[in-house]
Amino acid sequence: MQRFIMIRMFHSIIALVAVSMIVFGLGRLSGNPLDTLLDVDATAEDYARVSAYWGLDQPLHIQYLTYIGNMARGRFGESIRFPGQDAGALLWGRLPATLELAAIALVVSALIAVPLGVIVAVKKDTGIDLAGKMIALMGQSLPNFWLALMLMWVFAVNLEWLPTSGRGSWRHMIMPGVALGYFQVAALMRLTRSSMLEVLDTEYVKLARIKGLKEGWVIWKHCLRNALIAPITYFGLILGGAMTGSVVIESIFTWPGVGLLAIDALRAKDFQVVQSVVIFFAAIYIAANLLVDVLYAYLDPRIRYTH
Amino acid sequence: MANIAAIPGNLPGARRVNGVWRALGTARRYPIFPVAILLFVLVLPAIFANWVAPHSPTVGSLSNRLVPPFWVAAEGEGIYATPGGTTEHLLGTDKQGRDILSRIIYGARVSLTVAAISIFLAGLVGTTLGLIAGYFGGNIDHLVMRAVDICLSMPAILFALVLAVVLGPSFQTVIIVIVSIFWSRYARLVRGETLGIKSQDFVARSRVAGASNLRIISRHIFPNIVNTIIVLATLEVGQVILLEATLSFLGAGLPRPTPAWGLMIANGRELLVTAWWVAAMPGVAILLSVMSMNLLGDWLRDRLDPKLRNV
Repeated sequence: MQRFIMIRMFHSIIALVAVSMIVFGLGRLSGNPLDTLLDVDATAEDYARVSAYWGLDQPLHIQYLTYIGNMARGRFGESIRFPGQDAGALLWGRLPATLELAAIALVVSALIAVPLGVIVAVKKDTGIDLAGKMIALMGQSLPNFWLALMLMWVFAVNLEWLPTSGRGSWRHMIMPGVALGYFQVAALMRLTRSSMLEVLDTEYVKLARIKGLKEGWVIWKHCLRNALIAPITYFGLILGGAMTGSVVIESIFTWPGVGLLAIDALRAKDFQVVQSVVIFFAAIYIAANLLVDVLYAYLDPRIRYTH
Repeated sequence: MANIAAIPGNLPGARRVNGVWRALGTARRYPIFPVAILLFVLVLPAIFANWVAPHSPTVGSLSNRLVPPFWVAAEGEGIYATPGGTTEHLLGTDKQGRDILSRIIYGARVSLTVAAISIFLAGLVGTTLGLIAGYFGGNIDHLVMRAVDICLSMPAILFALVLAVVLGPSFQTVIIVIVSIFWSRYARLVRGETLGIKSQDFVARSRVAGASNLRIISRHIFPNIVNTIIVLATLEVGQVILLEATLSFLGAGLPRPTPAWGLMIANGRELLVTAWWVAAMPGVAILLSVMSMNLLGDWLRDRLDPKLRNV
């Protein structure tokens, strides 16, 4: 078990290092940062001074190692757009908003997917089953940015119930949460459905029915509680997906999170911030996967040996 | 659970319900609706765009700006008057007076081309590397699997945005982005399948019979995983269309004035208050084609390769 965890952690670190190298390289390929930093009438001396300040006069591999070294000490590099501010500090400052959005999306998708999954499992192979599957499938087929715009058009422009953008009250949360959460419904619903089907087939459910308990009680209490284990383990992966998906949704609703920070930074060619965000998102994804893998290996010993 | 209405003679309307039921059953056994929608929304328009489209996708007339779809009636008076829709422009026009239906039709060609090319390339690269990794094992397997890990852990949209800034938004950029993300899924899946097939008797026998590695891979292993690859490719068409639309929407995909669905929605974003149809219509096209592609993929998976349930 320890060996398995060690190997998986080693792999995760390799992946993270490779991602950081790729992003760092791409950042440098996108053109000389000095051109965006300096005015058109800057002299050669200015160039030399500023490039020494940013460490851009060093060879590329030294720059990369310095970058990684600083990052290990918690310094992600000074933002080009906001001089004096560390990219890491900007990122941490925006993180609560993104986490909030991801959490809302999770709640929205759970609120739709779990009841739907239960109903669909109980009414297996009927029209309701089909309809439920279609509702879930639609979430996977809708472009989330389009759903966001259509929600805006209906609830903000026409009905004027909800604000179009920004973060604040609960009314700001509804549209971004739905736009981001609906995509995850399909996967979550399928999981709930299949584990409900398994539970519905067990002896203790038959016993509960024979005892004469009300059908609703049997399904929503006895079955659902046991069937929820699989969807809950899946939540970690959904959280990762919701966070990276937030890039688009945040930029539509001008939700002041990490995604919006990344898009704004990209437009301003602020690569210190961009690469920090990419590496941060990659780290979250890798960590979530590592956690799930270890959890599964813990639960199912066969996995440890096939690796 | 048995469906009471499906038992004949149980209810007065049982026979009719039964008929509807059978029709629904047939529709579920064969993907008639999805295939029909796919044909009429995606494939036929893409192929015959030049003949089907009523107007040019890129040239508009400024006197016909922001005409609503044909079912919208004229409203208001004087300077506040908004024109009604006409059958000349069935789905209305955009800010430059370009016909939206025609742009959607040409957009089908764009989406389908991007999807076909990138899925083919991703499948080619992923399948080849997956076969090599699974068959030979050892260091090359480690190398390929680490590369797969790296690609899967890249935040797709941000990575694509960075690449688009570096390379500039273009058709090639979109293809490069999609291939560099999607190849890894094929590689992982094909490697797993190859590992399973490699240990079977018929592979060992053909090796004893003197078959070369290349021959074993191409004649014995590949034919056994081709169904899996087809299913995965079908299921990914929808995702590729969505990703391309997202990239174009964010300005990191296809450059203007390409009639890409994502770009059209981006154009409609600032017109949401005055002209909702500019953003709404292309989204419906995306929804219909992605949804029916997913349904077709699900059906193919159940038919060809039920093992793939979790893909």
